[in-house]
Amino acid sequence: MIFDEEFETLPREALEALQLKRLQQVAERVYHTVGFYRNAFDEAGVTPDDIKTLDDIRRLPFTTKKDLQDNYPFGLFAVPMGNVIRLHASSGTTGKPTVVGYTKRDIDTWSVLMARSFVASGLTRNDIIHNAYGYGLFTGGLGAHYGAERLGASVIPMSGGSTKKQILILQDFGPTAICCTPSYALYLAEQGEEMGVDMKSLRLRVGILGAEPWSEQMREEIEERLGITALDIYGLSEIIGPGVAIECKEGRSGLHVFEDHFIVEAINPATGSPVKNGEIGELVFTTLTKEAFPLIRYRTRDLSKLVRTPCRCGRTLTRMARVSGRSDDMLIIRGVNVFPSQIESVLLGIEGLEPHYQLIVEREGTLDTLEIRVEVSEKIFSDQVRGLQQIERRITKDIKDYLGVTAAVKLVEAKTLERFEGKAQRVIDKRRI
Amino acid sequence: MKVEQISIFLENKPGGLEYVTRVLKNANINIRALSLADTSDFGILRLIVNDTERAEKSLQDEGFTVRRSFVVAVEIPDRPGGLHSIVETLSRKGINIEYTYAFVERSGENAIIIFRFDRTEEAIAALQENGFVILPGKKIYSL
Repeated sequence: MIFDEEFETLPREALEALQLKRLQQVAERVYHTVGFYRNAFDEAGVTPDDIKTLDDIRRLPFTTKKDLQDNYPFGLFAVPMGNVIRLHASSGTTGKPTVVGYTKRDIDTWSVLMARSFVASGLTRNDIIHNAYGYGLFTGGLGAHYGAERLGASVIPMSGGSTKKQILILQDFGPTAICCTPSYALYLAEQGEEMGVDMKSLRLRVGILGAEPWSEQMREEIEERLGITALDIYGLSEIIGPGVAIECKEGRSGLHVFEDHFIVEAINPATGSPVKNGEIGELVFTTLTKEAFPLIRYRTRDLSKLVRTPCRCGRTLTRMARVSGRSDDMLIIRGVNVFPSQIESVLLGIEGLEPHYQLIVEREGTLDTLEIRVEVSEKIFSDQVRGLQQIERRITKDIKDYLGVTAAVKLVEAKTLERFEGKAQRVIDKRRI
Repeated sequence: MKVEQISIFLENKPGGLEYVTRVLKNANINIRALSLADTSDFGILRLIVNDTERAEKSLQDEGFTVRRSFVVAVEIPDRPGGLHSIVETLSRKGINIEYTYAFVERSGENAIIIFRFDRTEEAIAALQENGFVILPGKKIYSL
């Protein structure tokens, strides 16, 4: 089934003509309404009028996460605040989050994209959707919620946490679909089994899973343990939230990018030039229809490849392969974005701590764990156990307060962590995803 | 009347203590008393040695995190109730003992108890008032 038959199956030529028209409009609009873009275009020596073909997008400058931070919180908004009806935020590379805004029409577009995603996953208005994405500043919860309502399905606004209650509701309300991170889906399976619940006999038949990297093996395990079809959904708050791309149930091979609303490119992260068709590159998105927070050539740092061949589902939209990694050092721990630089600034905020640390990420069972190893310097060392334990607790608390993730802290002997000349490799990611 | 002690940070891993004792042996340092406080992740080794300065330097040269602090050594007769009488005195004054460890003198007649207090000077005064024998550092280092 296809929600927006007209737009999702447009012949390529018509789709590209639509993209060009919308690209010209958005370039024109940001040039005249967002000071940052006017400067960036002027610096690149390009004007909106220079965009004659879709390939001309390469003449436009990139937007990076740093640009978002430099314009924190609302500097890149293209409409007056009076027209913004919703704000969301995700973590930035330093203490400040990345803030995004939506007009009424943006929320409407997003709801449609999520409704399209649900339909591509095989859902109809008769489905009951258990939404275990977090509600709040994170775009996952409300994004999926509005999409489910747009489709006309029954949505259970579960949000994250309270796993036992989630399992009770999965049993008693009989949802047919679940939205959550892949690792949480596995955790639910594990906890349900532990509680003696036959997780395969639930009415669940589809999982729409995303917000963190996962693998084909993980998909098989989720499908096996929950007795469902598990599909990959992609999105990021900067672009709109979940619903930028979705895997269709018929193809299950790559995620369709909703190209009537976004232009996707894959570039070489070092040079910025496009990679050859089918090669892995960094995904770059341009929003074509967003009003409040349009972005031109936003560098996602997500690595993937684009597949332009037709899909058996009938959609003519380009597919992106499952995200295979990052071109920066961002970690995704239980769905939360974490940059080592954020952890460093928390550590340096504690008196006496030196920036000698190492992050160990592992997956214990189904959940990610973060261990922070910190060297004990003479400044924080005393002859009393209590003093060191206070430091450990303080680090754990500050990391939780600032970043929202739970970390185990391990104090290690001075000068035992590797020292780096040049770019430090502070992260040891032992997860086999 | 205080005794200088050195504390060393150790991770809980095989060979940790062995490295410390090797460094001290090579520096010809004699250990007078020691205690090891441990948690699941790390330990703090506390030592009283015959030459605090040299021990500290040798360990620091090997990369250990070392800290000096002051403790109090009290001599008591090695018989039932010996420790109790000290603790009772301190308790009455509301002085907190952070930690303590003990060793018995070679002659075997007296025991020496090492205390780390939250209020060291007050503790020394209270103990002296009540007639306890406090041993100076020099005496302990050369035992």
